Amino acid sequence: MGRVPFTRRRFLTTTAAASAATLGAPYIRTARAAGKLSIGFWDHWVPGANDTLTAICRDWAKQEKVDLTIDYLTSQGNKIQMTATAESQAQAGHDLLQFLAWYPLSLAKTLEPVDDVMAGLLKQYGKVSPAIDYLCQSQGHWIGVPAVTGTQVKVPCGRIDLLKSQCGIDVQAMYPADKPPTKEADNWTWDNFVVAAEKAHKAGNPFGLGLGQTTDSVDWVGSLFASFGAQLADAKGNITVKSDAVKRVLEYSQRLVKALPPDVFAWDDASNNRFLISGQGSLIFNPPSAWAVAKRDNPKVAEQLWTFEMPKGSQGRYAPFLPFLWGVWKFSKNKPAAKSLLTHLLQRGNVEKLVNASGGYDIPSFESMRDFKIWQEVSPPKGTVYHYPPRADQVTWMACAPAPTNIAQQMYVQAIMTKMIAKCTQGGDSIDKTIGWAASELEGYMRT
Amino acid sequence: MANAVVQTASLPATRRRLRRLARYRSTVAFLMALPLIVLIAALVIYPAFYSLHLATLNKSMERFVGLGNFTFLFRRDLFWMVVKQSVIFAVSAVFFKALIGFVVAHFVHNIPAKGQRKWRGMLLVPWVIPPAMSTLAWFWLFDPSYSAFNWVLTRLGLGAVSWLGEPSWARFSVILVNVWYGAPFFLIMYLAALKSVPEQLYEAAAIDGANWWQKIWYVTLPMMRNIIAITVLFSLIVTFANFDIVRILTAGGPIDQTHVFATWAFQLGIEGGDIPLGACVSLFMFPILGVAAYFILRDINKRGSQA
Repeated sequence: MGRVPFTRRRFLTTTAAASAATLGAPYIRTARAAGKLSIGFWDHWVPGANDTLTAICRDWAKQEKVDLTIDYLTSQGNKIQMTATAESQAQAGHDLLQFLAWYPLSLAKTLEPVDDVMAGLLKQYGKVSPAIDYLCQSQGHWIGVPAVTGTQVKVPCGRIDLLKSQCGIDVQAMYPADKPPTKEADNWTWDNFVVAAEKAHKAGNPFGLGLGQTTDSVDWVGSLFASFGAQLADAKGNITVKSDAVKRVLEYSQRLVKALPPDVFAWDDASNNRFLISGQGSLIFNPPSAWAVAKRDNPKVAEQLWTFEMPKGSQGRYAPFLPFLWGVWKFSKNKPAAKSLLTHLLQRGNVEKLVNASGGYDIPSFESMRDFKIWQEVSPPKGTVYHYPPRADQVTWMACAPAPTNIAQQMYVQAIMTKMIAKCTQGGDSIDKTIGWAASELEGYMRT
Repeated sequence: MANAVVQTASLPATRRRLRRLARYRSTVAFLMALPLIVLIAALVIYPAFYSLHLATLNKSMERFVGLGNFTFLFRRDLFWMVVKQSVIFAVSAVFFKALIGFVVAHFVHNIPAKGQRKWRGMLLVPWVIPPAMSTLAWFWLFDPSYSAFNWVLTRLGLGAVSWLGEPSWARFSVILVNVWYGAPFFLIMYLAALKSVPEQLYEAAAIDGANWWQKIWYVTLPMMRNIIAITVLFSLIVTFANFDIVRILTAGGPIDQTHVFATWAFQLGIEGGDIPLGACVSLFMFPILGVAAYFILRDINKRGSQA
């Protein structure tokens, strides 16, 4: 059989036929047509909360034809933090990861900008907490979006009965269920707070405010400093610790510490919960997890718990805010799918489902989403967490803001503010010496 | 064709060479050790050099800064505090582990052989429990508000102690837990050493009129010197690099007064996002342990050559 020469004309005919066949073939969209997506979410401590998140993601994946894998990573033993650091170093791992507050900024170079996602969400739902602006933006780009699960504020959770009988404070009158704060709430100031703490201490049920190095301690102390206008470093990175405001807040702390249990310097994030649930303490700063555990372990205490706003200082009322964030790695092979999921998760309906699944523990970062019914419904007592989501004049505040984040992260992790209080109280140092020590530490954090 | 002839001719020669090579014991030994060498290279040597590389980068890991991180650390008071604390922690913990191990080894050695195994097993329990778990139990015992220790102290009218909240008590507590965990290792090593001391030496000493203390000083201790040196060196390395006990009990607090190299490096590198500085801190253990290892091993070698 003779060979037919492969001419230019024949090549054109063949390729044209092949192209026509390809284009004309029926398109079969499989269940995995939009590729794979691997996610690492924070492992929620509320039973069932992970299931709701999984269900929302699965529904989305089914609709978008994405092959989805979800891992739940605990923050116990810093597992989620180490995963973020390791994946950033290795340039491999999940496509989408949940981060603790400071991590997106410290790993910004390895994160995909999500300006398009945030632009749409901001247009839909309005502004986010100032702390989210601070933690999610790097060099003019959004590098993360506020996660719903795990985001919390650590506001006062106090005993209705003990605060009334020992301190003369009627928290339900100041913060009634289903209603905005009354005029009496104007008197809920740091000055009156310390007087109440002294009365409670004298009566044998002190306030339980941790002064250790874990987040519960650092967060409330950050809000205390902010209420006094005490900044350790300004937004430009100048050290501003040598100020009258810092002196005033330390003097205040010296008085307050005398009214606290002597071991607060060793407290971790569980110590204050135990202190309240056991019936020993009359007030702590915490999300409603303490109340939720009390409901199970000591219902009589739970029936007397009421969550309300932070005290007000000369510079305002600041709620200690600790957000979780979601981000997409630059090395992700399916960025469009990851971004689509982020948009889906932050739709109001889904946010409400997630908040409900957490029993009202999770706080949405979009201020327009703090009117969900769950906060009215949970009980006992009815209305116990109605004032948990920050509203009205309360500013959600990230401790160590507004310092540039490379400095602020070190300030936060090294717990410089709680250490300052410890130094000038337990450590016996003078306020001036403490401020001098802090200035030297801050110089060290300036390293680039 | 010519190539094929050359190949067949060279095959027996290659085999011969291989056989000759295999006859050397050292070659076989090397080949058998090769998997371990590869494992050590991948899991120890590579990370060690990588951490050296990291320690020479700036905070954002974009620029080579040479020894800049090291000089930065030398200027920090906290660094010198961590050095001091690491030394106090390691030296005091190893001293007490060795002392308790030595004393208890003598007690166990003197128990009749029949019941000795039971005691040996029980005394080893702290060493075989994963330290993270046992330290958590200690954490509960030390709990500031609800600890069993404080409950007993309060019942006795002595008042509660802030075990982990007051700097000196916190240091005491982390050392105590390390001693509790590590003493059984010394016990078992010293017990083995005691069993290998020839009975005739004690008999000869008794004939010379040596009392109990003189037997220990002139017979037992000289016979155990090498094993004491090795166990001290080994424990010093492990204790210096300790992470879990301090991390679980105090996380370095209060006011950084219990930080050791490993916990501070973790806080700086992983929690604080400054990996180069964290790597730099962890590398400081190496020269300190290197000096200790040099002197201890030199003594052992000297005694070995004298013998």
